[in-house]
Amino acid sequence: MRGTTRTIAVAGVSALALLTAACNGGSSETTSATGGATGSASASGDTGASGGEITVNGCQPENQLIAGNTSETCGGDVLDTLTAKLVHYNSDTAEPEMDIAESIETDDNQNFTVKLKDYKFADGTPVTADSFVKAWNYTAYGPNGQGGSYFYGPIEGFDALQCTGTEEGKECEGTGKPKAEEMTGLKVVDDKTFTIKTTEKVSNLPVRLGYTAFAPQPESFFSDPEAFGKAPVGAGPFKFESWTEGQSIVVVKNPDYSGTNTAKIDKITFKFMQDMDAAYNELVANQLDLLTAIPVSALIDDKYKTELTDRNAQRETATIQWIGMNPKADPTLAKPELRKALSMAIDRETINKQIFNGTRTVSTGWVSPVVSGYKANACGEACVFDPAKAKAMLEQAGGYDGKLTLTYNTEGDHKTWTTAVCNSITDTLGIECTATPGGEFGEFLTNLTEGKTKGMFRNGWQMDYPSIENYLTPIYAKNADSNYFGPYDNPEFEKLLKEAAAAPSNDEANVKYQEAEAVLAEDFPTIPLFYGKATMGWSDKLNPVKITPFGTADFTSISLK
Amino acid sequence: MGKYIIRRLLQMIPVIIGTTFLIFYMVFALPGDPTAGKCGERPCPAAYVAKYRAEHNLDDPMPIRYAKYVAKTATGDLGTNRYGVKVTEDLKKRYVVTGKLALMAVAVEVVIGIAAGILSGIRKGRFIDNLVLVSTLFVISIPVFVIGALCQYFLGVKWGLFPVTVSAKPTLYELFMPAFVLGSLSIAYVARLTRTNLVENLRADYVRTAIAKGLSRKRAVGLHALRNSMIPVITFVGFDFGGLLGGAIVTERIFNIQGIGGYIFRSIYNRDGVAVVGAVTALVIVYLLVNLLVDLLYGVLDPRISHD
Amino acid sequence: MTESATVVQAVEATNAAGDVGEARSLGADAWRALRKKPLFWVSLVLITIFVLMAIWPSLFTNTDPDNAVLRQARERPNANAWFGRDIQGYDIYSRVVYGARASILVGVLTTTFTVLLGGAIGTLAAYAGGWVDALVSRVTDIFFAIPLLLGAILFMAATQPRGKPYFVIILLVVTAISILGWPSLARLMRSSVMQVLPNDYVQAARALGASPWRIIRKHIIPNAMGPLIVVSTINLGAYIAAEATLSFLGIGLQPPVISWGVSISDAIVGLRTTPHMLAFPSLFLSLTVLAFIMLGDAIRDAFDPKTR
Repeated sequence: MRGTTRTIAVAGVSALALLTAACNGGSSETTSATGGATGSASASGDTGASGGEITVNGCQPENQLIAGNTSETCGGDVLDTLTAKLVHYNSDTAEPEMDIAESIETDDNQNFTVKLKDYKFADGTPVTADSFVKAWNYTAYGPNGQGGSYFYGPIEGFDALQCTGTEEGKECEGTGKPKAEEMTGLKVVDDKTFTIKTTEKVSNLPVRLGYTAFAPQPESFFSDPEAFGKAPVGAGPFKFESWTEGQSIVVVKNPDYSGTNTAKIDKITFKFMQDMDAAYNELVANQLDLLTAIPVSALIDDKYKTELTDRNAQRETATIQWIGMNPKADPTLAKPELRKALSMAIDRETINKQIFNGTRTVSTGWVSPVVSGYKANACGEACVFDPAKAKAMLEQAGGYDGKLTLTYNTEGDHKTWTTAVCNSITDTLGIECTATPGGEFGEFLTNLTEGKTKGMFRNGWQMDYPSIENYLTPIYAKNADSNYFGPYDNPEFEKLLKEAAAAPSNDEANVKYQEAEAVLAEDFPTIPLFYGKATMGWSDKLNPVKITPFGTADFTSISLK
Repeated sequence: MGKYIIRRLLQMIPVIIGTTFLIFYMVFALPGDPTAGKCGERPCPAAYVAKYRAEHNLDDPMPIRYAKYVAKTATGDLGTNRYGVKVTEDLKKRYVVTGKLALMAVAVEVVIGIAAGILSGIRKGRFIDNLVLVSTLFVISIPVFVIGALCQYFLGVKWGLFPVTVSAKPTLYELFMPAFVLGSLSIAYVARLTRTNLVENLRADYVRTAIAKGLSRKRAVGLHALRNSMIPVITFVGFDFGGLLGGAIVTERIFNIQGIGGYIFRSIYNRDGVAVVGAVTALVIVYLLVNLLVDLLYGVLDPRISHD
Repeated sequence: MTESATVVQAVEATNAAGDVGEARSLGADAWRALRKKPLFWVSLVLITIFVLMAIWPSLFTNTDPDNAVLRQARERPNANAWFGRDIQGYDIYSRVVYGARASILVGVLTTTFTVLLGGAIGTLAAYAGGWVDALVSRVTDIFFAIPLLLGAILFMAATQPRGKPYFVIILLVVTAISILGWPSLARLMRSSVMQVLPNDYVQAARALGASPWRIIRKHIIPNAMGPLIVVSTINLGAYIAAEATLSFLGIGLQPPVISWGVSISDAIVGLRTTPHMLAFPSLFLSLTVLAFIMLGDAIRDAFDPKTR
């Protein structure tokens, strides 16, 4: 997943057609994304001025720019412009569309045949079936230690590529060495065809294949991954130009781009910013062309709308926020009724209005509304603020003795809203609740993984690929990496996930996933809070910028006035 | 003189070793997983963590790690940081930026501070003296991040007098506002120091003698009193320079300066021990050298002090 | 926040002239001088008010500082909430009143610790001399060379104050600032004691066979303490401001502690939109810091016979 350690600061409502376009479920692809615009920002890239350079806020990638090793935003945003994958997510609807893939076919949701179009990498070499299979095996191979390896978990033979040693630091040595170097589930048929076999049925596999970790790699990558990671080559609409350590990354338009998603501008500079307020001040002074997140200081009283008149946009994105609890670490929170009582005691509307300045949407369930399979109101009245019912529910749970804490990680602006959530709980139920810093992200996450965090803690998710499944399996499945809730383990939930994965069609799968979400509503392992929105601002010289459902800017459609 | 310098240099060695050990121990004793955050909001795969830990010697016991580190440092290799970049490379680039900033801050504090100090020193007890006192003290009493944010908003955004942030290769003009913010706290100290010493020296016998001899008051103040009042000021500036280098964390953040303060701060957050120790060690060395320089300057300013 | 560590020098110079034998008691003399200073009285009155606020906040307000009325968040000052409400809907006036305790405690306790530690170590180094002096001086160098802010960040990250009771959190912040704050005072005390040592009365006491402890207690400390006290009062203000900066970086005081520093760092986001949230806690913090610094300044002037 594309998690952010910095806050995804989000902003006040601006009545742009963006939102409606998204909500209408992609009524028409060619509709101009931004109302009142000159029409040059249309999705298909055939109008509007071409050329020009822009500067965008960025941040230091956590790893070298290797698609299979990048699962955080700083590097991911850059790699997204450089790589093309089998499928591409529509920038309005998030629907997967064929990109490099000519077709992805399956009869049983377990054996997939992928046929490729004629694409070229930016270095001129062709994209072949080998480019995919070798890259995927490399990413999945344990000793390579790639951050994106877990996305290959469903493919047959993945386990044989993992280190099995138990000795700390030497997992991959001696007997711990993986048994195989290639996944048995991947077979090259010819230059333009390969097959994928999964261990179990995975109905939404094609949807997943648009994630960065599934990008193909050219031959030059395998000879020297180190050097490649400093100057990556992809088959995307942009081409890597330079990376100045600690300062900026520059990408330019790829002249040999083979797809339809052609870029309009010639050059993007991702300028690393340490502080979003500084970045915003640059934007107002027209020293920065695009800011992908407006800081809180400018959101207050919708200040940014007066400072950036006609050059701001907002859209619902796939991020969600919730409160997690670990009943094993803190048995006082074991009762679902208690968790529901806490949920009903949180005045989400007021917090959204006063703290977030309307830059969130109140959650009604565990899945983001932007993905296929979303069902409104999965949480029901347990996510609606109601002091009387909250008190009654608390009574039913047998009351609560003691103090509550809500732990947050210190980078980002979590302190403000967690404090407000706690105040709301204290105010409604009379339980003393304190928002407590849990160190920086590293420490915070370690404590969550090791089950050391007592009380409540903040949690969030940004989807990897647009499917309801991405909000359930990686978070609430018993063995999931991000299941910090005890782990949460309900056999019925597991069964539904399995059935959904095996369903013959996406629609049928979604029905099963919705049933699984209903199980969450019963067990209430986490308290849903907000759906995210992305708010961006841009300089005078840009035409309106489109925000994707992922909350990123649609870089290919950006054009100068 | 040569002997004195050698002795001082030798004395630095235990200080440097002590400081690095202290920092090394503190950084690596911090709780938290250094790989967290490298894979977004969820934990990295086990294989990734194993590779990272092996590459960074994280599984050895502390003393062995320290020994390994020192052995490597002795060859001039400060290791690579969490992004796989050589720490020496990072430090070179960032020290240039922060060094420039700190030098400018020193210039600001020296020029404004001494001027204010002289003004209030020769007009002791008058209105201008109290004005300088209160205004410089008022600056101390405001936390630096408030001064920084105020300057950036009013001077940069609202009135457009200065660039809002600083670019990768900063010009002097770009650095002026951050340097002012960084140096603002020290202005008060420099002004107070100058004033106090000037007042004292003005009453000293040699100044009275000079005036009695027929020297103009201006010359007596400038040549004799001021020169003798500079020793404590220079001592202060010497200490302050090292402090400004490392203390620029807040200023660097507000003005997006890619300098050493922010580097150390972020490295501590990321549990990037190698980067922290390298950067702080460099800081300590600069600090010690500057102070040696200051001590040598004493001899120039005051012939009575010698380093034999 | 490097500056607080460096105030020292301000007085090293004054000290040079500070040890003069008087017929009248120094204290009485100083008092006579102080009584005539309006700044002294202003700062004394301010400090009295703030200390009262710290001890009995309920004297000043009946509003619960923890009562958040989110619906009225960021309200401008009005009849109900004199200073308005902050981002959480807390009454700013009440927060400011209740915040006095933590801020003043941090200032006073840090000052106490640094004075005791720095004073003791400085005296030891100067009195013992020889290798003890060399060793102590090098250790002081080690701590002095690490910038205050960086050390504090490391310390706070290592000790994890979260979820601890009120006084523990305050003590941790105090310790963090003290650890790197004492060396400057140790240096000051060392040089101050060195100047007292050669005096006749010390030699006389030695000749009479007084124990070292007695000499230090009865003769050296009373005569060498002056500069230390003065610098400490100035430092006290600087420490309060330093705590605010720590809060800004997310590592200072934290709930349930209410402090000016926390209020200011929480309100900085409102700089361009709702400045009243920032203005009131900043005003109180500045007034307190100013009061302490002016008091220190007045005392310094009073104790220094030459400036009279």
